[in-house]
Amino acid sequence: MTNTVKQTGGEKSEWAVEIIAMNKWYGDFHVLRDINLTVARGERIVICGPSGGGKSTMLRCINRLEDWQRGRVIVDGKELTDDPKQILAVRRDVGMVFQQFNLFPHLTVLENCTLAPIWVRHMPKRDAEELAMRYLRRVRIPEQALKYPARLSGGQQQRVAIARALCMSPHIMLFDEPTSALDPEMVKEVLDTMVELAGDGITMLVVTHEMGFARQVADRIIFMADGQIVEINEPKTFFEHPQHERTRLFLRQILH
Amino acid sequence: MAAADQVYLRDAPAKLLPAPVASTGVLGWMRSNLFSSPANIALTVICVAAIVWIVPPLLRFFIFDAVWSGADREACLASEQHPEPGACWAFVRVWSSYFVYGFYPMSERWRVDLFFVLLALGIAWLAWLGAPRRDLGAIYFFIVLPILSYIFLSGVPMIGLPDVPTSLWGGILVTIVVATVGIVASLPLGILLALGRRSAMPAVRLASITFIEFVRGVPLITVLFMASVMLPLFVPDRFAPDKLVRALIGVALFASAYMAEVVRGGLLSIPRGQYEAAQALGLPYWRMMILIILPQALRVTLPNIVNTFIGLFKDTTLVFIVGIFDFLRTIEAARGDPRWATPVTSVTGYAFAAVFYFVCCYGMSRYARNVEARLARAHRR
Repeated sequence: MTNTVKQTGGEKSEWAVEIIAMNKWYGDFHVLRDINLTVARGERIVICGPSGGGKSTMLRCINRLEDWQRGRVIVDGKELTDDPKQILAVRRDVGMVFQQFNLFPHLTVLENCTLAPIWVRHMPKRDAEELAMRYLRRVRIPEQALKYPARLSGGQQQRVAIARALCMSPHIMLFDEPTSALDPEMVKEVLDTMVELAGDGITMLVVTHEMGFARQVADRIIFMADGQIVEINEPKTFFEHPQHERTRLFLRQILH
Repeated sequence: MAAADQVYLRDAPAKLLPAPVASTGVLGWMRSNLFSSPANIALTVICVAAIVWIVPPLLRFFIFDAVWSGADREACLASEQHPEPGACWAFVRVWSSYFVYGFYPMSERWRVDLFFVLLALGIAWLAWLGAPRRDLGAIYFFIVLPILSYIFLSGVPMIGLPDVPTSLWGGILVTIVVATVGIVASLPLGILLALGRRSAMPAVRLASITFIEFVRGVPLITVLFMASVMLPLFVPDRFAPDKLVRALIGVALFASAYMAEVVRGGLLSIPRGQYEAAQALGLPYWRMMILIILPQALRVTLPNIVNTFIGLFKDTTLVFIVGIFDFLRTIEAARGDPRWATPVTSVTGYAFAAVFYFVCCYGMSRYARNVEARLARAHRR
């Protein structure tokens, strides 16, 4: 897994994600202000900050679920333009996990996982099922494969969502507050899965409030507020010697 | 003191007792469902009275006193043996082939029968969820069947099937053809219109909205008139479609506008996260719609879709307005036959029509409820 990620993505650009001078408005409201960010391959980034600060919006720009008005976003060496082919090409190689899981309720767990490999990657059904079972075993729910999502707990659903994204063998994984909709006792099972995944060397961008996870896994932590990147730092410095006043205020609030 | 009262230890298991007689079986059911309160008792009494008042006379008229055979009106008139004659089913029997085929030439009616058999086969293949090779069934129903139906019903002189102009078609044949074409065409067209209405492209959106709102804002009769009178204005004479085809186009367009709104309701019920998850996996628009969004949206709207089908099936009777002899129109024509002029002829004819429409529509409704129940079960797996 680790090796394939590095090899297949490696030919074009040394960066997994490049965001250059991006600005985005919702109507008159300036939601993302002058965002500049480069993420190296295999890097694990945690994005945190107060809600409404533009964290999720920025993440969703990386696979063009959100549009922007000014600036450039280059993912895996491919620049996201209005060209739908280019957008699909980027989305194929970028996995995303949502706060609300967004599993397809009319399909079984296994079908949720095989759908994209079959219809986007044109993989034979049998191979796709084999692949899906491999990832379902990795997230430790192979026994639920034939159930429908509604039968599963929140934590199980989120782990299926992770497996579903992994089935496309993405080079980059985006996590949009993956544990925020979970009951407290289920947060750990999802975080454990993500920690395991982080050990594989896949590029990860995670929007989360789980500071323990950030400390354990992140290579860099990005702090965003009011639509701007306020501080980017390594976890140790970020938590022990935050540079910006805004960061210090935020950390005081969440760490008590 | 209080605490002492709350401590308790059972020393022997409580006896298992049979349920009181009054709470189980027929008596118990009646007590809890029919006679549970004064209002309920009053309702029960009123309903029973209404049933006693209505049902026996109906049974007497349509079954016990009915005339089942006879050659002409004499059989259905009041006589010594029949002081109060009931329904004149003999009339329906004599005219039945007209009700089914209209003026379709006698020697060619086997072609209509064959069409009914082929259609029934297609419906059964698609409707029976456990049928083998339902994908082939769909190809058969949507591609093979229309071609075969056209060849057999309309005729191809080259292969020895003489032409039968649609002006000779009539009765149940026409009703079934119009309803089937309307139903089969309206669902895909309606889905396209509904998607068009939510499209990001302004031109597509505007065209869909204009069409839907225009067709919905106009009575079906008007659409039929326009289809039969105005269509020839746009199409050169040589290609002007046949009268029945024009009515079919009118019905299909009308039904698709309604279907579009029904489907749109279903689309609105799908959360945005479903679209986003599908997009994030790299599914292109049509794949996303066909694999993710529509299956969920159509499932939600299944009761409304069937409701629209049922409405459409009954609306087909309006094609008589452009001179097409559908089933109801053949009954209208037959009840004017002087050889069968009796006081009960019209009632019998209309009762027969009502039974036919009811059986078809109730069948659709039951089938839809079965599918709903089945889908609901599947989801809880």
